[in-house]
Amino acid sequence: MTSLTDLLLVLLVLTGFRLLGLSRLGASIRTAGMQGVLLGLLPLVAGESWPPLRMGLLAGGSMVLKGLVFPWLLFRALREAEVRREIEPFVGFNLSLLAGTLCLGASLWLGGGLPLPGSAPSSLAVPAALFTIFCGLFLIVARKNALNQVVGYLVLENGIYVFGVTAVPHQPLLVELGVLLDVFVAVFVMGITVFHIQRAFDHIDTDQLSSLKD
Amino acid sequence: MEILERLAHTVLAALLAPLLLGVIARTKAAFAGRRGPPLVQPYRDLRRLLGKGAVYSTTTSWVFRAGPTVGLAAIVTALLFVPLGTLPAAFAFPGDLVAVAGLLGLARLFSGRAALDTGSSFEGMGASREAQIGALAEPALLLALAAAASAAARGGGDWSLSGILPALSGASWIAHGPTLAMVTFALLGVFLAENARVPVDDPATHLELTMVHEVMVLDHGGPDLAFILYGAALKLWVLGSVIVAITVPVRTGSAWVNAAVAAGGMVLVAVFVGIVESSMARLRLIRVPQFLVGAAVLAVVALALVLR
Repeated sequence: MTSLTDLLLVLLVLTGFRLLGLSRLGASIRTAGMQGVLLGLLPLVAGESWPPLRMGLLAGGSMVLKGLVFPWLLFRALREAEVRREIEPFVGFNLSLLAGTLCLGASLWLGGGLPLPGSAPSSLAVPAALFTIFCGLFLIVARKNALNQVVGYLVLENGIYVFGVTAVPHQPLLVELGVLLDVFVAVFVMGITVFHIQRAFDHIDTDQLSSLKD
Repeated sequence: MEILERLAHTVLAALLAPLLLGVIARTKAAFAGRRGPPLVQPYRDLRRLLGKGAVYSTTTSWVFRAGPTVGLAAIVTALLFVPLGTLPAAFAFPGDLVAVAGLLGLARLFSGRAALDTGSSFEGMGASREAQIGALAEPALLLALAAAASAAARGGGDWSLSGILPALSGASWIAHGPTLAMVTFALLGVFLAENARVPVDDPATHLELTMVHEVMVLDHGGPDLAFILYGAALKLWVLGSVIVAITVPVRTGSAWVNAAVAAGGMVLVAVFVGIVESSMARLRLIRVPQFLVGAAVLAVVALALVLR
């Protein structure tokens, strides 16, 4: 099963790179959804020894929430917003991809220095989780569009989830389901916030929000 | 016999390379609902062009005349280092993949210089774009080859193309499947960019503002144009045989059977180019760097995965 886990983790890294290079918001949301489906598959291949209830709940929960519900919520926010693409991010798309390769190098290096207690399902697990976290952080920092920042937040959470599933297999189910619920509420609220920002200011460019005065 | 085997790929490529252009043209014609030119049309074009005289503008210098010759010579030299299937290349030394990338770069440099030498603003624009594309394609090519080399070296190969590519087999796909898949995609991107194919460049366009490679050869005629066309066909073969060596790892006992299978793979690569060209629009020029950076990133991930 190691090679299947590896394959999923590699695909996860590649979706991360795709997010770094995308300017269309719709495509970003779809890619984040794809990442969610990959994450849903991860417990199925990595957690063979888990009780089936836990595996099924985690896989089903994250696939449905991250693969269907979040994209649906974000697409609704996108329909309200009049923008279709990130025009001028703080860091350009080619530079973002380059930064991504640096992040990958850093996470491989860090992953090599973080030996896990017990047996991780794949030696790629920690680097992939770290890369996904870095990637999400980078998206939040480097993009101006509020929707892209929400996607960045989702990716960040995805990274933590990968870490939890692969590296901390004895984490209680309740904690992971709680996190999933938290993220759901966060995305729900963010979708509403984006809608309100859009209605109040006619754009969802967070850069311009910093010059607001009361 | 060994001499024969060593020269076989070079001779085979020299004879069959223009056929790839014919296959691409036929595939595109089939998609458009036409019958298309006969497969041997590129050979006829080459013969016709070689029979013509050359006309040189008085404003050009020796650089313009040297362009096609140096370009063809560089690509033929690169061909000498590339194996087909398990047929060895004519020459090999550790690290010759860098030499191959450098030779392709030299060919591009001279076609760009020749285009600049004409003094035409359109050709200068084409040269500038080609230089940009080439500069971005080269790191992707080298990184992808390095990843392939590392994947093969685990199976015990040496650091030359003749050592790396034949060492890749079905077993390496089982051991390094994701790596090799990413290397393949990266190389396909480089392949399309280096050969001036859609989605990076459209060989069929005849609008100066959008042409990249085509505009650079506008002022060449007769034997010079034949050299350029033949060089383009050989370049298609050189990069194609690297892709085929990775994607069609048929390794039977006989080098000749392997080479025949690989030659069949080359035809598939040509059909693939035709399909891409018929079904995709070319990218906007500002998206081209991103396409190539994407290919380079794929290669980096592949390399990181195999070196881990």
